[in-house]
Amino acid sequence: MDLRLRYGFRDTKLVQAKVRQIRKVLTRPWSIMEICGGQTHAIKKFGLDQLLPEEIELIHGPGCPVCVTSLELVDKALQIASLPDVIFTSYGDMLRVPGSSGDLFSVKARGGDVRVVYSPLDSLKIAQENPTKQVVFFAIGFETTAPANAMCVLQAEALKIENFSMLVSHVCVPPAIRAILSSPHNRVQGFLAAGHVCTVMGYWEYVPIASQFRVPIVVTGFEPLDILEGIYRVVLQLERGTHEVENAYSRVVTYEGNIPAQKVISQVFEVCDRTWRGIGVIPRSGWKLRDTYARFDAERRFETQSVEGQESPLCISGLILQGLKKPYECAAFGTLCTPQNPLGATMVSSEGACAAYYQYSRHAGSSERSHV
Amino acid sequence: MCLGIPGKIIEVYESNGLVMGKVDFGGVFREACLTYVPEAKVGDYVLVHVGFALNVISEEEANQTLALLSELADLEDAS
Ligand code: SF4
Repeated sequence: MDLRLRYGFRDTKLVQAKVRQIRKVLTRPWSIMEICGGQTHAIKKFGLDQLLPEEIELIHGPGCPVCVTSLELVDKALQIASLPDVIFTSYGDMLRVPGSSGDLFSVKARGGDVRVVYSPLDSLKIAQENPTKQVVFFAIGFETTAPANAMCVLQAEALKIENFSMLVSHVCVPPAIRAILSSPHNRVQGFLAAGHVCTVMGYWEYVPIASQFRVPIVVTGFEPLDILEGIYRVVLQLERGTHEVENAYSRVVTYEGNIPAQKVISQVFEVCDRTWRGIGVIPRSGWKLRDTYARFDAERRFETQSVEGQESPLCISGLILQGLKKPYECAAFGTLCTPQNPLGATMVSSEGACAAYYQYSRHAGSSERSHV
Repeated sequence: MCLGIPGKIIEVYESNGLVMGKVDFGGVFREACLTYVPEAKVGDYVLVHVGFALNVISEEEANQTLALLSELADLEDAS
């Protein structure tokens, strides 16, 4: 697939045709959630929400790992990163995420050795090059980063890199969908499943969810045409009253997913309850290191004090992550809270709903739409 | 980091027991681990997440999807 082909999925004429197709089958309002923050970003970037008929409400889901990593873990990261002889490594997005007091940037400004890495493998390399230091990697992410992180643990073991550990904050999508659907406040009638999560896990996990809760779930990609196709298929099912799992991203996703990756994940990690920032504990919604790999677990290697985590009282990101409010309904949005000065985690990452709204629609009226 | 980035495999080699590759992301070259895509070969397009290729992108499927979408758009124009 060359770049021309990739851009084919952005073709204006095809995008408009798809929107008209959606309009044709639509008879009443529907609320659809895109789980993945990457899709939220694309929807705002390409203005897809403005193109769609008014009857379709897109509810932005909690699929941004930077946004949902718990305050408690961010506070632990800040403590570990402040220790002497520690090199703390993280994806760049995490550096600005506010903890109870300060962020990783402020730790770095005070002299802490905090380094941005592109891959956990870079972190391992740093550990090899600095044998007298403890190198800790902030292993956040959904199912998409788990294969990389799991492989790094196996590599650390194979290469006997003992000064390496991970602060693990893995979260999984299917339990979050269940939690959203089980909530008494739920308004979501259909889901776009995150295409890249499904590249790893396949989409077999969604079949029992779709039938139990009677919701259509469509595996969807990230280009404008992909997203519109996902929405179209969900709308078609909603109009017909069906609730199947469909794959609208077949150039990448298969039903069973990447089996070697799933094997390595389950060798290294086991399911655990996980606290989602702004949402609370979702049972069996995360992965932690198995006891066999306990020595690579930063939480067990370093003593940290538990701090009573405090969110900014203004921040309503919890409601936004559950689809109950939109970013522009927050009093601090764009004024006290900006990407340069975020009060909540959803304003930090480009995959966060507040940041996406800030970047692409702060000049437009909050809920204006135009018609094609 | 959740967004996989598509790139083309330029070279495949081994390093520390892992299958690694040089990948071209539209002119930017980076190393990626190819252990999870044992079928991938030079010239294939892979989707890379935080330094790990997790899928070979099916060119055929991509072409088919696009062709189908174009057909629909043409049909619409005609109607
Ligand atoms: S705009 Fe800022 S303060 Fe308001 S909900 Fe979003 S992150 Fe929180």
